[in-house]
Amino acid sequence: MENKDHHHQESHHIVSYADNLKVWIALLFLTWLTITIAYVTGSVAIALIVATVKAGIVLAYFMHLKFDSRILTILLLVTMTVFSGFIVLTFFDFALR
Amino acid sequence: MSATTLDIAHDEHRDDEASKLGMWLFLFTELLLFGGLFLVYSIYRNLNIEAFRAGSAHLDIFIGAVNTIVLITSSATVAISITAIQKKHYRLAKNLLWFTIFAAIVFMINKYFEWGHKFEVGLYPGGDEFNALPGGERLYFILYYFMTGLHGLHVIIGAIFIGVVIAKINKGKQTYNNFALHENAGLYWHLVDLIWIFLFPLMYLIV
Repeated sequence: MENKDHHHQESHHIVSYADNLKVWIALLFLTWLTITIAYVTGSVAIALIVATVKAGIVLAYFMHLKFDSRILTILLLVTMTVFSGFIVLTFFDFALR
Repeated sequence: MSATTLDIAHDEHRDDEASKLGMWLFLFTELLLFGGLFLVYSIYRNLNIEAFRAGSAHLDIFIGAVNTIVLITSSATVAISITAIQKKHYRLAKNLLWFTIFAAIVFMINKYFEWGHKFEVGLYPGGDEFNALPGGERLYFILYYFMTGLHGLHVIIGAIFIGVVIAKINKGKQTYNNFALHENAGLYWHLVDLIWIFLFPLMYLIV
């Protein structure tokens, strides 16, 4: 399976069944946490922080970024940086009107 | 054709890394597509904080939470099916993908009831109840329908994509050492989940 010298593909990391289930349980827990926090505090900021943590877990484990070539993570960060630029510039435009 | 060309053609051309990179590049465009909508949402929400809260109060958090759990679970089953195909557990891999399609259908049925109920009471762009709302709440509902609608479209496309992968596994075209399409369908499905992870608190959980 882990045939490194095979010219078609690099060695593929296999995420174990157990690890996948752990990630699933963590995501369910965080979903419960988001809803509870929303009811208790009504804070969208906290809800978004929890959502970002969930997104990070999905990206790292389910989407295999943790095990895949670094270039994918770097490109994702570039995309998110560009998007953050859009947000900042738009809010500046909006705030300075 | 000479015998030598046949020999060369014998080697199937494949580049799984590039295939995955291509999928990711497409996902980046999707992120920016939805990102733009989230940006519109955040600006208008800033201008209409109370109206967005009032609009959100029309939504049923329970259905939203159920759909969140459905999507997270279906994301997990896709991830596990990729583990399964690598371990040559083909039957398990296919069953997990079928479960994912089933989850997509459950999600869309919930959506149907959610939207259907609002349409019945005239709470849709152009409807009587909608027209009676203040401007900010109308904005909220326009964004609600557009963003969850576009997301729902992605759910349908993702389910079809996964159906194609099941057919390929049946034909032996996706195997333990050749599963790039399976992985890419998984990536697409996880993106659908990722977007919902943000849509759920922003649309439903403004209390």
